[in-house]
Amino acid sequence: MPRARKPKLAVWKFASCSGCQLALLNCEDELLAVAGQVDIAYFVEASRAVVRGPYDLSLVEGSITTPHDVELIQQVRRVSKRLVTIGACATAGGIQALRNFKDVQEFVSIVYAAPEYVETLDKSTPVADHVPVDFELRGCPINRQQLLEVISAFLHGRKPNVPPYSVCIECKARGIVCVMVAHGTPCLGPVTQAGCGAICPAYHRGCYGCFGPKETPNTESLSKWWSHLGMEDQDLVRAFRTFNAWAEAFREESVAHEK
Amino acid sequence: MKSRTIKVDYLARVEGEGALYVKIKNNRVTDVRFKIWEPPRLFEAFLRGRNYSEAPDITARICGICPIAYQMSAAQAMEGAFGVTVDGQVRALRRLIYCGEWIESHALHVFLLHAPDFLGYEDAIQMAKDHPEVVQQGLQLKKVGNELMAFLGGREVHPINLCVGGFYKVPTKRELAPFIEKLKWARDAALEAVRWTATLPFPDFEQDYEFVALRHPDEYAITEGRLVSNKGLDIAVREYDDHFVEEHVPYTNALHSGLKERGAYLVGPLARYNVNFDKLSPLAQQAARDAGLGPVCRNPFKSIIVRSVEILYAYDEALRIIDEYEMPEKPAVEVQPHAATAYGCTEAPRGTLYHRYRVDDQGVILDARIVAPTSQNQKSVESDLWQLVPKHMDLPPDQLTWRCEQAVRNYDPCISCATHFLRLHIERE
Repeated sequence: MPRARKPKLAVWKFASCSGCQLALLNCEDELLAVAGQVDIAYFVEASRAVVRGPYDLSLVEGSITTPHDVELIQQVRRVSKRLVTIGACATAGGIQALRNFKDVQEFVSIVYAAPEYVETLDKSTPVADHVPVDFELRGCPINRQQLLEVISAFLHGRKPNVPPYSVCIECKARGIVCVMVAHGTPCLGPVTQAGCGAICPAYHRGCYGCFGPKETPNTESLSKWWSHLGMEDQDLVRAFRTFNAWAEAFREESVAHEK
Repeated sequence: MKSRTIKVDYLARVEGEGALYVKIKNNRVTDVRFKIWEPPRLFEAFLRGRNYSEAPDITARICGICPIAYQMSAAQAMEGAFGVTVDGQVRALRRLIYCGEWIESHALHVFLLHAPDFLGYEDAIQMAKDHPEVVQQGLQLKKVGNELMAFLGGREVHPINLCVGGFYKVPTKRELAPFIEKLKWARDAALEAVRWTATLPFPDFEQDYEFVALRHPDEYAITEGRLVSNKGLDIAVREYDDHFVEEHVPYTNALHSGLKERGAYLVGPLARYNVNFDKLSPLAQQAARDAGLGPVCRNPFKSIIVRSVEILYAYDEALRIIDEYEMPEKPAVEVQPHAATAYGCTEAPRGTLYHRYRVDDQGVILDARIVAPTSQNQKSVESDLWQLVPKHMDLPPDQLTWRCEQAVRNYDPCISCATHFLRLHIERE
């Protein structure tokens, strides 16, 4: 049955590496099918053509780091019926949120010769700190199957099936030997949200938390286990301070080990 | 007095946020500005105090399109500083995953970002309506590259399996075997891609560039070599800072890179092709010749053919590596940090990517410097526009604007990369 009109999709970018919007272009088998179902109305990385808003679904990549971003995200919200943030930058502030723990002026003067010209905010913040967000898709980078699920869910007016449980569940489901129990490798899997497919343990490496905190994580307990494995406070600070450093549970745990 | 401005505030089909301004007065170009307005993310600042072993995964986040390039330049820098050599099959596997990155990045650019310019489409999805088989084949070519990345690296964007010293886990020969048939299909498809790109309409435009690329005695350089140019540069990576300078330009968030002695230079596929044509595999050399390219190509619009030649080469090389592969005993060489300065440079899909770190005796990073390909090409992008616009002054304004955009996209600029190592310089009014 032909639809009256195809829903309009927009993709927006703030401070980020472009890797999450790339996930859409990496859907090699599905891209043309998606383009058949939705009108890709605003996606500067992929097209010169711009169709005016309002948009049925906006995907937002990147964190808010400049005064210009603060204004633009309000506009994006106004022209979007549904707004979904994609990736650790948009959902947690990203790696660039490491500035949030320091005096940003000191940070800037380390890097820039003329710091007085640098127009940047003190903090790199998630989109949800600025406007209401309909759904947050986690990951650094996001998983493209999850992205397709989210797009499909919003187009059909249902809730996305994106589980908030830990990497451990995925790891067990894949039948991977626990790297922490069997090899004493520190792993953030118990406190990190699933979605990646437990790839790090599958490659004999501890999870480094790129999907951010799971629902109700017990970070304090995990830190104790890490201490038993010989990790010191500074190691814990570094471990919790990467791509989701500003996500509340990871932030609080890193601060607790800073002194 | 007739004056006009070509203005593109937000360049499409490039990675990141950039703009373009060309001023024309009395049919003469009076100003050209390729602006990068993407906000800086301050990577050098927060790398300070991190452990040397974290540099590959952190710097990967500068760019989602070429994370392997960042991981490899960082890892190689640290290994060099700590006196460790990664060779044999571990080195070969690194080359293999790097081939995967060249393939996915180049195929993305050739088919989804650049080809629509030549045929007059706003994007690849519109192009697919008239040329479905070309776009489908391009997507499949890209997919096989991504599959190599995902298999060896765990996933295609920000792979998790690379570390200083090698890998966390290496595959068995049997696990790699299923790739052979796919890679053979892709090699054939890449050959067709070279032929197809050669049929595109190219403006008659050449410049006398200085091409800078890594060069290696035994192979088409990807992961190591000396920095060599067609105009006499021949230096070790650790001598980089003696020969290259970066200067402030007030209108862009990226520093302009230049050679101290000669100014503008060009990195990327076109540079590699010109510096290392003799190191391409016989299949890739023959395909290039059949496509009408000699060992020297100075037309930046033809970089789309050269990218296709590199896709073909990368598939050919991947098959060679898999054929000769034997699983190494250890996935990584052990590394003992000590105080040192670390220099690394590899050939990212868009050109030479230079890293320099100072680390202390515990392996903690004291400072970092990263020079990405796109910042090195900014001067050449602008110089192309200075030369190109006068030749096309008779085009209608929207066509002239599009031609300028196409000329910028010749470089496959990655603005996400270009901003993050740079000193930001915004003029407040």
